[in-house]
Amino acid sequence: MLTPSYVAQQVINALNIGSIYALVAIGLTVVYGILRLINFAHGDMMTVGAYVALAALTALAMPAVAALLIAMLVVSALGIVIERLAYRPLRGAPEVAMLITSLAISSLIQNGATMTLTAQPRPVRLPAELTQRISALGLSFAVMDVIIIALAIALMVALTLFVQRTTLGIAMRACSENVRVTQLMGIDVNRVIAVAFAISAGLAAAAGVLWTGKFGIVDPFTGFLPGLKAFVAAVIGGIGNIPGAMLGGYLLGFAEVFFVAFMPPEVSGYRDAFVFVLLLIVLLVRPSGLLGAREVNRA
Amino acid sequence: MLSVQNLHVYYGRIHALKGISLEVNAGEIVALIGSNGAGKTTTLATLSGLLRPREGHIYFEGRDLTRLPAHQIVRLGVVHCPEGRQVFARLTVTENLRLAAAHRTDRKNVARDLEYVHQLFPILAERRNQHAGTLSGGEQQMLAIGRAIMSRPRLLLLDEPSLGLAPMVVETIFRVIGSLRQHGVTILLVEQNAYRALQLADRAYVMETGYIKASGLSQVLADDPAVKAAYLGG
Ligand SMILES: Nc1ncnc2c1ncn2[C@@H]1O[C@H](COP(=O)(O)OP(=O)(O)O)[C@@H](O)[C@H]1O
Ligand SMILES: [Mg+2]
Repeated sequence: MLTPSYVAQQVINALNIGSIYALVAIGLTVVYGILRLINFAHGDMMTVGAYVALAALTALAMPAVAALLIAMLVVSALGIVIERLAYRPLRGAPEVAMLITSLAISSLIQNGATMTLTAQPRPVRLPAELTQRISALGLSFAVMDVIIIALAIALMVALTLFVQRTTLGIAMRACSENVRVTQLMGIDVNRVIAVAFAISAGLAAAAGVLWTGKFGIVDPFTGFLPGLKAFVAAVIGGIGNIPGAMLGGYLLGFAEVFFVAFMPPEVSGYRDAFVFVLLLIVLLVRPSGLLGAREVNRA
Repeated sequence: MLSVQNLHVYYGRIHALKGISLEVNAGEIVALIGSNGAGKTTTLATLSGLLRPREGHIYFEGRDLTRLPAHQIVRLGVVHCPEGRQVFARLTVTENLRLAAAHRTDRKNVARDLEYVHQLFPILAERRNQHAGTLSGGEQQMLAIGRAIMSRPRLLLLDEPSLGLAPMVVETIFRVIGSLRQHGVTILLVEQNAYRALQLADRAYVMETGYIKASGLSQVLADDPAVKAAYLGG
C-alpha cells in the first residue's frame, strides 16, 4: 500500500485540493484584511462560477478556456454588485452585521440555485483532452490535475505581482492597515474595496471551475464545504495575510488528503472534523495563525 | 483661501465642535493651539472630510468642501498630515510616498517632489526600502510629512508634528515647515508646543472645549497675559 508511487499519487492529489483551497482562501483573506468581514458567501461564488462555466461549456459550446474566463468575469462583477448593494451600506456598522449579511447572501444564492436549477447534481463533461490520463515515472494522472496546479500557481503569481508592484495593490495593502488614512492619501477607497471584491470573487470562481472539473459534478451546495475549509486555511495561515492563505491552503490540502490516504477507513471518515481539530491546534500554538502578524493598531 | 463657518461636529452625542469659524489666507502659517481635548484634531479631521459636520460650511478657494469625500479634498490640494504619524507600517518608505502621489497626473513633478523630499530628509532616501514600521518616531514623522508633500498640498493641515520627538528632530521639523512656506504652501498648524507654534505662525487661534477662545496675530497672542498663563507656562 505504501509504495512510492502511491505516496506520489497522494501528493499530486494534495497539490490539487491544496491549490483550490489556496485560491479560495486568498479571496477570503483579501476582503477580511480590508473590511474585517468574514464572508460566508465566498464559497457560493465557487458554485456560481461553476454553473456559469457549465452553461458556457454546454449551452454555448464554448471552449474550456473561454468558459473559465467568462465564469471569472461574471462572478467578479457579481462580487462588485454584492459589495455595492449589501456591504457598503453597512460600512462602519458592527462587524457582526456584515457577517450576518454574508450568511443571508449565502442562503440566497443556495436557495436561488435550488429553486431555479434544482438541487439535482449536474454532471460536468469535460472535453476529452482534459480528462485524458498521462502515465509517466510510474505515475498516472489526468491532464486536469496538472492544469489545476499550474493555473492556480499562475493566478497566485499574478496576484502577488499585482499586490506588490501596482499602485492599486499598494493601496489595497494600505487599506488593510488603515482605511481612514488611505483616504488621506487621495485614494478612493471605495474603488479599492470594489477591486478587492472583484479579485476575491474572480479567484473563487476559478477555484469553483477547477473543483467541478476535478470532481465532475456541480450542485447548489458545491462551494459550501470548500468555502468553509478555505476559511480554516486562511485562519491557519493568518487571516488577512495573502502568503498565509496560500500556505494554509496547501497545508490543509496535504493534511486532509494524507489523513484519508493513511488512516484506516473507520477513522478517515472523520476527515472534515479532523480539519477543525487541526485548526484548533494551530490556533492554540499560534493564536494569529502561522504567518499572521499581531493586530496592528487601526486608530 | 480657507474659510470655515460655524462648524458643529458630534461624536455620537458628544458635541465636540460648537461653532468653529476660522480663516486661512494664501501664504500664511496659521497656528491652532489649545489644551488636550479642545477639539483641534476634530477640526482638522472635519476639514479633510474624515468627519462630517452636522452644521456649518467649509470653503476652499470658494468651493464648498463640506460634503466632498476625503480623497477628492486631497485632490483639490487640501492635505491632512494626521496626528500620531499614521504611516503604513507594513509598506516600505517608497511605497508610502508613492501611494500619496498616486492620484496625481503630473508625473514629472512627482519625480521632482520625491527628490525634494529626499533632500529635506536624507534619511528617508537611505531607508527607502525599509518597512515604515521599522523607522524611529522621528523618522516616521519625517515620512508622514514627506508623504503629505507627495500629495502636492496647497493647504497643509499639520496635526502635532513635534509631539514626542527629540529636540533635534523638532528643530528639523520646524525648519521644514518654514521651508514649505517658502515653497508657497499655506499651513494650518496644530501644536502642543504653543511657544514654538506662535514663533513660527503669522496668526493663531486658541481653542478650548470646542470653541475658538481667542484669535489674532501670533505676537499679540504671545503677549496676552491669559494666553501666556494658560499655554505658555506663565
Ligand atoms: N473618536 C472619538 N469618539 C468620541 N469622542 C471623541 C473622539 N475623538 C475625540 N473625541 C472627543 O472630542 C473632544 C475633542 O478631541 P480632539 O479633537 O482629539 O482634541 P485635541 O486634538 O484638541 O486634543 C474631546 O473631548 C475628545 O474626548
Ligand atoms: Mg489632537
